[in-house]
Amino acid sequence: MLISQDDRLSFEKSKPGRRAISFPKERLSGADPLKNLPQGLLRQTSIGFPEMSESDIVRHFINLSRKNFSVDTHFYPLGSCTMKYNPKVNEWAARQEKFTALHPLQIEATVQGMLQILWELEEGLKEISGMDRFTMQPAAGAHGELTGMMLVRAYHASRGGPTRTKVLVPDSSHGTNPASAALLGYHVVEIKSNSHGCVDLEDLKQHLDEHVACLMLTNPNTLGLFEKNILEITKLVHQRGGLLYYDGANLNPLLGIARPGDMGFDIIHINLHKTFSTPHGGGGPGSGPVGVKKHLIPFLPGPLVERTKKGYAWAPPSPQSIGRVKLFHGNVGVMIRAFAYLKTLGKEGLRKVSEAAILNANYMKEMLKDTFTVATKGPCMHEFVLSLKSCAAQGVHAGDVGKRLLDFGFHAPTVHFPMVVPEALMIEPTETEARETLDLFIEAMKKIAHEITTDPETVRNAPHTLPVRRPNDVLAARKPILSYRDQVREKVLLAEASA
Amino acid sequence: MPYLSLTEDEKTAMLGAVGVRSFDELIKDIPVSLRDPKIVLPPSLSELEVQDLISKLGRKNTSTKDALSFLGAGSYEHFIPAAALEIVGRQEFLTAYTPYQPEASQGTLQAIYEYQSLMTELTGLDVSNASHYDGATSLAEAALVALKHTDRPKLLVARSLHPHYRETIRTYLAGTPYKIEELGFDGKGNFNREEFDAKLDATVAGVIFQTPNFFGLLENLDGVSEKIHTNGSLLILTADPLSLGLFKSPGEWGADIAAGEGQPLGLSMEFGGPYLGYFVTSQALMRRIPGRLAGLTQDADGKRAFCLTLQAREQHIRRERASSNICSNQALCALAACAYMTLLGKKGIREIAEINWDRANYLRSQISKLKNFEVDSETIIFNEFRVKSKKPFAKIDEKLMSLGIFPGVVLEPFYPELKDQFLVCATETKSKEDLDRFVEALAQC
Repeated sequence: MLISQDDRLSFEKSKPGRRAISFPKERLSGADPLKNLPQGLLRQTSIGFPEMSESDIVRHFINLSRKNFSVDTHFYPLGSCTMKYNPKVNEWAARQEKFTALHPLQIEATVQGMLQILWELEEGLKEISGMDRFTMQPAAGAHGELTGMMLVRAYHASRGGPTRTKVLVPDSSHGTNPASAALLGYHVVEIKSNSHGCVDLEDLKQHLDEHVACLMLTNPNTLGLFEKNILEITKLVHQRGGLLYYDGANLNPLLGIARPGDMGFDIIHINLHKTFSTPHGGGGPGSGPVGVKKHLIPFLPGPLVERTKKGYAWAPPSPQSIGRVKLFHGNVGVMIRAFAYLKTLGKEGLRKVSEAAILNANYMKEMLKDTFTVATKGPCMHEFVLSLKSCAAQGVHAGDVGKRLLDFGFHAPTVHFPMVVPEALMIEPTETEARETLDLFIEAMKKIAHEITTDPETVRNAPHTLPVRRPNDVLAARKPILSYRDQVREKVLLAEASA
Repeated sequence: MPYLSLTEDEKTAMLGAVGVRSFDELIKDIPVSLRDPKIVLPPSLSELEVQDLISKLGRKNTSTKDALSFLGAGSYEHFIPAAALEIVGRQEFLTAYTPYQPEASQGTLQAIYEYQSLMTELTGLDVSNASHYDGATSLAEAALVALKHTDRPKLLVARSLHPHYRETIRTYLAGTPYKIEELGFDGKGNFNREEFDAKLDATVAGVIFQTPNFFGLLENLDGVSEKIHTNGSLLILTADPLSLGLFKSPGEWGADIAAGEGQPLGLSMEFGGPYLGYFVTSQALMRRIPGRLAGLTQDADGKRAFCLTLQAREQHIRRERASSNICSNQALCALAACAYMTLLGKKGIREIAEINWDRANYLRSQISKLKNFEVDSETIIFNEFRVKSKKPFAKIDEKLMSLGIFPGVVLEPFYPELKDQFLVCATETKSKEDLDRFVEALAQC
């Protein structure tokens, strides 16, 4: 076996007696903890960590990393995820010891540079979104939504009036929207999309009453369409006393072009790990700052950074604050990266980013429209959705096409979402991709379309070039093996069974 | 503006291919009144200028590397091996998305699976999730699991639990029918057993303890899980993961859920984040776990493979019926912890716990000899402890700061009754010379 393909677990590579890290030998207290501490408090069971040398550990992880697709190695047109290039200067900035070695409870005088970054980032987000103040605490988009729903509840509670128990979401919304609202006990009501893929105004009106606490909306929506009735939608909800929440997952095409605050949204979260170019890290960390209009500022979690005559300082939260939603100040390392990006963008960069994101998406849509069915009519914003319903005759599903794309060296688009489109493939190229890359992708899609008619088996069984093919998720869920412990236990059970 | 690739010629050609004359035709759905908002931002900087700016702002900070820091209280200064940093910096991990396409993500998936495996070993419990945001939010989710699982309305929370954690749990439960009741601590700072016995009634869903607690004290939880389980409630523990190299694990204490902060496992302090919420529980609660899980399975050719599993709990499938709303987690931080724990190995985890204990105990015994400060030398600590100053803390803080020392976290803002007391932390990063310098500086106060 090639060492580079030795994909055993670290636990399986372990040899008793091997060590990686060494520590100082010196002991200062002159006491042995095992003799000086009450036995009842001491750990009795051994810790089954692997025993490996440093070089073997490094090789283990580097070879694992090589089994990943990533933005730095592949085109990653994952819809609603904004997998744009992650600039290296951002990484450089976040790794400076002057930031990584800051303790969150240091006194303000010792962290003026840090606080200035948080302040200036907030100022930038306010300008770009048209909101009045942000809390930087939320760790991700969904955490921002949860914070937003808490703000909604606190706001309505402070005003008395009817009990507002409902949160409206379009049927094309991200799953986190209904999940966040439900976590706070709200009754989630789905609003239908009309034949164009936008919010059905009549359906919205039918569900609007004095029990609606909020409408959560992504704009452009998950079909890649700007809600052209947005001003009417926000007016209707406000007329009934409801609030509007903006899911910022799709903010990338609006930089310098239009602002959620101007559309009438009261609360917004921004995914710094999407629009602001910070890396996704294989699933996180993200950062989901939540911005509000003036009437909601008193409810924000605190503390917030203030600029005073003496410098930057933490202002204590108002008595109406919903309270802290996280330990310390949020995912600061992500914010430093976003700050570096904001500085690189500057005023003139905003619009260039969004224009290129929109142009790239429209170009791909246009080049693919004769090969596959586009789910919407007219131009799109930063992403678009194909429906592969017609491929069902050959037994090929959207997910299969996603898998086949992996063989061509492309990460799959988002598959089977939004749920309102049957057999959906949601494609978001982002602004950082070159035309040649888009053309290669388009070519691959056309080849796959041809395969679907001539050789559907190849598509159905893809991928054919990767280390594994179609892991069995049904088996994984039926008999969950979630750790090395489970594996060992399972082996023992199997051995017993065969004996 | 860097990072963009389209040339002007390409843009024109692509607009032509799309069949529009100008870009504005592509955004015709946006009402004109909304377009081209006035935005006040400084002009774009070159990379050289960005680096200069970052360096300049950095110089306005005094970091724990510039000073001698004894700050802890939920964020800890630890040694991070260079190999761990290199592994986490690997761009194939850093710039990948959530592993929804398992064939293109076996690296991330196996690393998460190994992280889960290491966490079950460390905590002595059955099932670990792939990570949560941080200790506070992970514990808040654990509280929700207990409330839903037992269908009871009340949580008992030790007041010696980190104040930010308590506040976060309160925020999560505000406006719901659920109630939180606090359990006080005794003169030493350990939880009050009589109060625990008295408050554990049939309405209690779960009880939350931190050990070592916010004051750095190990809690003796003898008999606690038996009482809690007899009562039909769940025991939720939060522990500094490094302390588990030496002290009893949540599994050994009979906990149902271990949820807390993984920052000590190879993550820098970074002014408070990104950190790592760990969440480990029993087999019985497996299907209530919030967030992602990586599982082992077979691929279509019978080969070993990893994939995300039990996704029927999650928001992208279940929407408003999901067990939690979490989507993005702290995957890269879990990778950092995974690399760190693997580098520590079986012997290293024990050794680092012992060195932390050693440094903090040495420092405490040295401070106990000073006339202007009091410590309780009888209590059992891991790497931090309370010090009471006979003079106002503000004076001490000022004096020590002028000597380049961050003496510790003042407790009065969190516990008004603990006047002029501060929390001092000493980890493996402190040498004898460092500790003696601190003691000498305190002696001058």
